[in-house]
Amino acid sequence: MPPFSCSSRPAKARGDTFTHCEKTMTEISALKAGLLADIDAAATTDALEALRVGAIGKNGVVTGLLKTLGPMSAEERLEKGPPIQDLREAVTAALAARKAALEEAALTAKLAAERIDMTLPADIGPQGSVHPVSQVMDELTEIFADLGFSVATGPEIEDDWHNFTALNIPETHPARAMHDTFYFPQNPPGKAMLLRTHTSPVQIRTMKDQEPPIRIIAPGRVYRSDSDATHTPMFHQIEGLVIDKGITLGHLKWTLETFLKAFFEREDIVLRLRPSYFPFTEPSVEVDVGYTLTNGQRVIGGDGDAPGGGWLEVLGSGMVNRRVIEACGLDPDEWQGFAFGTGVDRLAMLKYGMNDLRAFFDGDLRWLRHYGFSALDVPTLSGGVGA
Amino acid sequence: MKFTLSWLKTHLATDADLPMILKALTDIGLEVEGVENPAEKLGAFKIAKVLSAERHPQADKLQVLTVDHGDGNPLQVVCGAPNARAGLVGVFGVEGAVVPANGMVLKKTAIRGVESNGMMCSFRELELGDEHDGIIELAAHAPVGQNYAAWAGLDDPVIDVSITPNRQDCMGVRGIARDLAAKGLGTLNAIVVPVIEGVGPGPDVRTDDPEGCPAFFARTVTGVTNGQSPEWMARRLKAIGQKPISTLVDITNYIMIDLGRPLHVYDMAMLKGPLVARKGRSGEQVLALNGKTYTVDPTMTVIADDEAVHDIGGIMGGEHSGATDATTQVLIECAYFTPEHIAMTGQKLTLTSDARGRFERGVDPAFLDDGLSIAADLVMKLCGGTASEATRAGQPPLTPKKVSYDPARCLGLAGVDVPAAEQKRILQSLGFTVEGDESRVEYQDGMPVSIAGDWTVTVPTWRRDVDGWPDLVEEVVRIVGLDHVPSTPLPREPGVARPTATPEQLMERRVRRTAAARGLSEAINWSFISEKEAASVGGGAWTLANPISEDLKVMRPSLLPGLLSATRRNMDRGAPSIRLFELGRRYGADKERAAVGFVLAGEKAPRGWQSGKAQGFTAFDAKAEVIALLGAAGAPVANLQNFGEASAAYHPGQSGTLRLGPKVVLAEYGVLHPSLAKQFGLTGMVVAGEIFLDAIPARRKTGFMRAPYAPPALQAVKRDFAFIVPEAVEADALVRAVKGADKKAIVEARLFDIFTGAGVEEGHKSLAIEVTLQPGEKSFSQEELDAISTAVVKAAAKLGGTLRG
Repeated sequence: MPPFSCSSRPAKARGDTFTHCEKTMTEISALKAGLLADIDAAATTDALEALRVGAIGKNGVVTGLLKTLGPMSAEERLEKGPPIQDLREAVTAALAARKAALEEAALTAKLAAERIDMTLPADIGPQGSVHPVSQVMDELTEIFADLGFSVATGPEIEDDWHNFTALNIPETHPARAMHDTFYFPQNPPGKAMLLRTHTSPVQIRTMKDQEPPIRIIAPGRVYRSDSDATHTPMFHQIEGLVIDKGITLGHLKWTLETFLKAFFEREDIVLRLRPSYFPFTEPSVEVDVGYTLTNGQRVIGGDGDAPGGGWLEVLGSGMVNRRVIEACGLDPDEWQGFAFGTGVDRLAMLKYGMNDLRAFFDGDLRWLRHYGFSALDVPTLSGGVGA
Repeated sequence: MKFTLSWLKTHLATDADLPMILKALTDIGLEVEGVENPAEKLGAFKIAKVLSAERHPQADKLQVLTVDHGDGNPLQVVCGAPNARAGLVGVFGVEGAVVPANGMVLKKTAIRGVESNGMMCSFRELELGDEHDGIIELAAHAPVGQNYAAWAGLDDPVIDVSITPNRQDCMGVRGIARDLAAKGLGTLNAIVVPVIEGVGPGPDVRTDDPEGCPAFFARTVTGVTNGQSPEWMARRLKAIGQKPISTLVDITNYIMIDLGRPLHVYDMAMLKGPLVARKGRSGEQVLALNGKTYTVDPTMTVIADDEAVHDIGGIMGGEHSGATDATTQVLIECAYFTPEHIAMTGQKLTLTSDARGRFERGVDPAFLDDGLSIAADLVMKLCGGTASEATRAGQPPLTPKKVSYDPARCLGLAGVDVPAAEQKRILQSLGFTVEGDESRVEYQDGMPVSIAGDWTVTVPTWRRDVDGWPDLVEEVVRIVGLDHVPSTPLPREPGVARPTATPEQLMERRVRRTAAARGLSEAINWSFISEKEAASVGGGAWTLANPISEDLKVMRPSLLPGLLSATRRNMDRGAPSIRLFELGRRYGADKERAAVGFVLAGEKAPRGWQSGKAQGFTAFDAKAEVIALLGAAGAPVANLQNFGEASAAYHPGQSGTLRLGPKVVLAEYGVLHPSLAKQFGLTGMVVAGEIFLDAIPARRKTGFMRAPYAPPALQAVKRDFAFIVPEAVEADALVRAVKGADKKAIVEARLFDIFTGAGVEEGHKSLAIEVTLQPGEKSFSQEELDAISTAVVKAAAKLGGTLRG
């Protein structure tokens, strides 16, 4: 136990007017009022700290008063203790409150000083894009996945057997003239190497490699020696092939309707099927889709025969010619199916409203950013295949 | 194939109106490409008579006419035509009329101070021909005031249909009429072939090439007068865009379009000796009717006399022996040329003609005699003269094709149930003959048995394309209408859709979207580049024999040239920052390989209020892209080694390859070689890279389960080391050595500073590496840490590194 002592050091605070160790109730009240007023008026944390030391520091006036309680009798302490304890608590609380207030004010001032112009530009980094052809191919893959079609691929540098002969297009067939074919001079014996004019050779490769039933799509680059406002020497096609038992033209019709409705995300898609001719299908069918003129633009959907409407050719298709099935080593009496092919670039133009095919292959960053897609616009069935 | 409505109606008796006919044509596979009524744009042009013609007071070449256009108020018209004169009856455009040729709206005006109302027109101004030497002159009795187009028979819609290559029969108006009749749009008129009583023997013709020209029929007509075709014929030919030439020539053209039967007429006066179909001789030349000279060879069939070749058989006649106004005796050729031969010859000579288009698709081999008779008859009627007997050399291939057909096939292939009777009607109306039984029930020993139908269908001679039962299904379905085919759902596999993309496609998709997310824009460039561009990246393995231009000639061996060209175009447009990538194939001699290429050029970051000056790209930006994209492609990025040996396209000192082991190159990248940048016209710093997706090993699919892992309980410890090493030591080697110093404790070593200069010996550099140590069960003791440090220093020492003091 420390020996009883009064504060003998000169106090810095106003409490130093109270020089006696013991105080009357009145004196304590006055002391409290004085101390609280001083604390409330402290303008800085330093001033507040000085007040704290003067009041409840080791040699503070309030500490001194508390020390007078020690030697008192129990009765006396019961009488004189509470006011002194009250004084201590009041002073402690006031110090804490003032400290918080000063800190708050200091922070507010600091924050105010740190204010900057938030309208200044922020660099979000470069913005990349996915080409519309890639996007549409992903969309088509997604739609056909739901219909059970797998993806197949084949070479772009083909031989004439896969590109023509196996597809029932013999050398003298006028249909070869319809295809403006790019040829290569270097040819292995018995073959003429060329750039595939359509994705149809993938049909042949698939039927030769795979046991039926077959459901595939084959997207890719194709080439024709043709260049004008609406034709480029390279473009993109997607081929579809179904080989199974009991497949009819009715299945083809349903598949194309379903696919086009899903692709354009419109229920009012109207198809017009026209008899046509492709050597590798029989019967052969060309497919037009109805459009409506809206603000001078052709918008896919609606009956093409309605006023203000029209038809756009979008697909070639038909029942796979028996000769093609035979050429691939399958029995045409057992297996039957349909095939179709369409231009991916053209589908992209119809869906997203581009009007110049040549811009697809120019690499103009302005065009790519305008018509391209964000990396995360991944076509999904749940989110919709359009973006 | 163009024809007019009135022309069609000479073969088809029908009440159907134009819209019905157009719809039916498209529905049966004869797609209507256009329809135009020339009268529609000529509604405001009337027949008018010039009452007087005076010299224009101010201009020598102009006249002032008074024109009566039928309303009793003659108008004053200023006219510059040399043939304008009093009494001329012509075609007058009234005020408000739009001149078809130039879109000009006629209005009252003053020409050199003289009032002029409307215009007397030339054929060219009305888009009725090329003549523009003067205004149209009509017969004097033409009714003044009447609508000109109606009077001239121009109110006749011209229909343009697209004929698919299998339908030669529809390259004649009659074939189209037959199809429409089958569709139920009327009745096909019977064709009455005139009987020619030939006078005198037929011409001396023969075929010495029965393979290319199995049949050569001919007659002569003697005593003809050639001249202008009659109005009705000229009008029809003009309406469909054929220029009338002379009656004899026009007759052959007319019959070709009317009946799909090409013919040729020779001026007998120009022939010496017999006319023979034979193989061409090497080097033999013929000046064709198009004014060009063609050199034939022994694979081609020609028609020649003793002295010269007069016709590239079935494709184009010769200039020398064609009919002229002086012709008095003609030989009419009606031959059958073998389609395959015609196609080959046409392709070789790159010569197209209306005749070739028909012969190579296969004309009706049974129509030679009739065609010849119709032609001779028309010549006699229009040009006078006397026909000879016919010479029939050779035999056209006439064996009828018979197809066995079960009407149930229609449902089986097309999915549409067409009653057998209707199928029979359709086939018969298209000219097929149908024999045999339909499917039926038979009671065999009292038991009912279903017997499949068994028809024998004989194909008409004009349908070379039909040779199997699917063709018959096609015929039935196209006439019934494809709109009758019921939409039938494909049977669906139970459950949700399964993954269908190929592994390559999945890889490409991830790479593509990663690149886009990293700020690059996807371009699609041509697969072919110029020879020079190909040479700049090592040369291409495939060069096109028939490129569309020199710029698009060689299949690209690398994606770089296309990207660099696109970069230049963007630079030319002033793009400040260029980040482009492409995902596509490189074409090697043995196979096509998937690759990603990218180019970064211009500003990496623009000048900014925070960052200061604009920043350019460095080789390390290319390296960062390569590593990020390789990671997206599923390559084992942590195991890759950097070798400084990129191809010649790159700066030799600021490029590298990333390899899996010493041989497998997965990617190359770096600063573009300055000479390549110059070749492509690029300025500033250009960095690029290419990733060879085909070289990335396929990831083995081992199920979805990951290797077990629990984050370590104790925190990792970091220690920094700085080593002085000789300049030649590669940073990566030192980092690998440091990392390998204690494979258990060291989980990461990262170079964070490089320094040369004060305190570092000449020829040396200081490399600072942060090493991350991961304690296991318990914290490292000081002894353990010291041991690791010693091991690290020792490892560095092997590369000549000393710990920097």
